[in-house]
Amino acid sequence: MRLLYFGWVRAKTGISGEQIELPADVGDVRGLIEHLRARGGAYEAAFQNVAAIRVAVDQEMAEMDTPVDAADEVALFPPMTGG
Amino acid sequence: MIRVQENDFDAGAEIRTLTEGRTNIGGVASFIGLVRDIAGGEEVSAMTLEHYPGMTEKILGQLETEARERWPLDDVLVVHRYGRMTPGEQIVLVVTASAHREAALQSCQFLIDRLKTGAPFWKEEETPDGARWVDAREEDDRAAERWVE
Repeated sequence: MRLLYFGWVRAKTGISGEQIELPADVGDVRGLIEHLRARGGAYEAAFQNVAAIRVAVDQEMAEMDTPVDAADEVALFPPMTGG
Repeated sequence: MIRVQENDFDAGAEIRTLTEGRTNIGGVASFIGLVRDIAGGEEVSAMTLEHYPGMTEKILGQLETEARERWPLDDVLVVHRYGRMTPGEQIVLVVTASAHREAALQSCQFLIDRLKTGAPFWKEEETPDGARWVDAREEDDRAAERWVE
């Protein structure tokens, strides 16, 4: 699975994205964020405040209970500030 | 039409291209967003807009489709820039054309209200205290929500 980070999520993790093997026990967005936060260090800082994280699964906006096990691309980012 | 680009745009030229030879259009509404030199009481010397290539075009395309479903529009153009910009520079252009002004004006406001909080862009400002990410504003959420049917 390809992960993409934008905004301060990218700044805090220090990378714009990465390829990961999804653990078998991770099924939804909430589980994925918990998995990333459990890596500690920069990841813990980036994903500490779950309420501030927005997620797109295969370029569609997702909720915490959206399944991710079949996704190709998941993006994690702060609330959007365009215009 | 949706365009996401790094370079600047010429609103006058864009509108001329859009209306040229089309005598059925009765009104064109447009909105141009600019970089301000002050935000939250702090001086802003530059702003960098980051986006999610692919999803940005997709979301803006969905908003165009929704606008065309809700109002009788002859044309829609959204040009959104990314990259580093300084105060006074143009960030975004929204143009809507219709036989009637109400459809053009309302759909133009709909598009800018919805894209501010719904399209994957993120702003980082440069201030005398260093760079800071722009927080989403509640009033922008409310502006987008008023278009929910």
